[in-house]
Amino acid sequence: MAQHKINYLQEAGLPVALTTVDKLVQWGRSNSLWPLTYGLACCAIEMMATGASRYDFDRFGTIFRASPRQSDVLIIAGTLTKKHAPFMRRLYDQMPDPKWVISMGSCANTGGMFNTYATVQGADRIVPVDIYLPGCAPRPETLQYALMLLQKKIRSEKASRKLAPKRLV
Amino acid sequence: MRPYSDKQNVQKKPYYSDRYFVAPQIPKEAVEGDAVFAQDLAVLQSKFEIKEAYIQRGQLVVYIDARDNVALLQTLKDECAYNILSEHSAIDWLAKSNEFELFYQLLSTSKRKRLRVKCFIHEKEVLQSVYGVYKSADWAEREMYDMFGIVISGHPYMKRLLMPDDWFGYPLLKTYPLHGDEAARWYEIDKIFGKEYRDIIGPEERDSARVDENDTYRFARLGHEVPFGAEPSREKTFHDYQEEGGVTIVKSLKKSESKIVKERP
Repeated sequence: MAQHKINYLQEAGLPVALTTVDKLVQWGRSNSLWPLTYGLACCAIEMMATGASRYDFDRFGTIFRASPRQSDVLIIAGTLTKKHAPFMRRLYDQMPDPKWVISMGSCANTGGMFNTYATVQGADRIVPVDIYLPGCAPRPETLQYALMLLQKKIRSEKASRKLAPKRLV
Repeated sequence: MRPYSDKQNVQKKPYYSDRYFVAPQIPKEAVEGDAVFAQDLAVLQSKFEIKEAYIQRGQLVVYIDARDNVALLQTLKDECAYNILSEHSAIDWLAKSNEFELFYQLLSTSKRKRLRVKCFIHEKEVLQSVYGVYKSADWAEREMYDMFGIVISGHPYMKRLLMPDDWFGYPLLKTYPLHGDEAARWYEIDKIFGKEYRDIIGPEERDSARVDENDTYRFARLGHEVPFGAEPSREKTFHDYQEEGGVTIVKSLKKSESKIVKERP
């Protein structure tokens, strides 16, 4: 006996699922988002907690990679200082396309409470950001939800999209 | 009488300060009150010119001539057993008297005493490094150079410690604006993209109290989201992460069909 019974009347009489190339490709991409192991401040602690067993990023197919050349998501977790901004831009440039950026926490979004000379007032001045994630620091659930939203966003995009005209490139 | 504080327009400013606030002073005591400190001071007075000495919060404070700094710290280390330099930095009094006040905070682990050596230098005056006496002066002096622009002579590696090497200006000076000068405000843009990108990216948004009236339309109430530009609604919106029919093969969770159990079976 087959364990999964196929309803031939419902699935057009065939054990086949019909879809588009876009949806299939983006389904694959969205379920294997590999973020860069890259933390800047206290948000990185929450990011680590999200990756660890309790919140378990792995079940989303999200595995932290230690090299920008193997990753497609950049989570800016923490305060981005002006001294560090060129390095972060370099890491972003080294990531292969397609790539996405999550700005995690108040500091990465707007500079947060560091309204000073040494802090970049929003990481979107340096790299184009896909998801802004509020909080100081955001709970792991928030990062998880941001990742789920990013997956949703990716699935709604075209696979063969021309590289969107990014403001800063 | 209650201290006066200006409470007008507090909401418009990100912070406000009381113009008539006077910082309370910690009382100063005579050095003779402490036998250990009196002995230390006698050793110093026999060799160097001591401008002022008193005890504050149980710590001896000694004002010296800035040119004596290396020899005096060497004496304190060798003869008075002050074996740790725990902190060393400067205070900017340029507006008041055109000089920096430098302090060396020392600790003696055998005597369990703390001593602070203070001295004044002018703006362009070069100070001798005490790296040969206390190794911890290495980074402290570099930081002082980084933050105040005080140049130390005889330091093995006189380079900025915290700020980038190509930074312009000295951030801890009281004349340095908190939000940075022109070079600081555009530092990362100039360095990464070049000066021609300043117009494209635009200036930094520094006003933390800024309210954009369009935000009412851009953001809906959490849990009551409405489409862009629509009237606010009291109805709760239902959040579903998995879009309906969006993903092949992946079965989406239907909250209405799921059952929440109170206890584990």
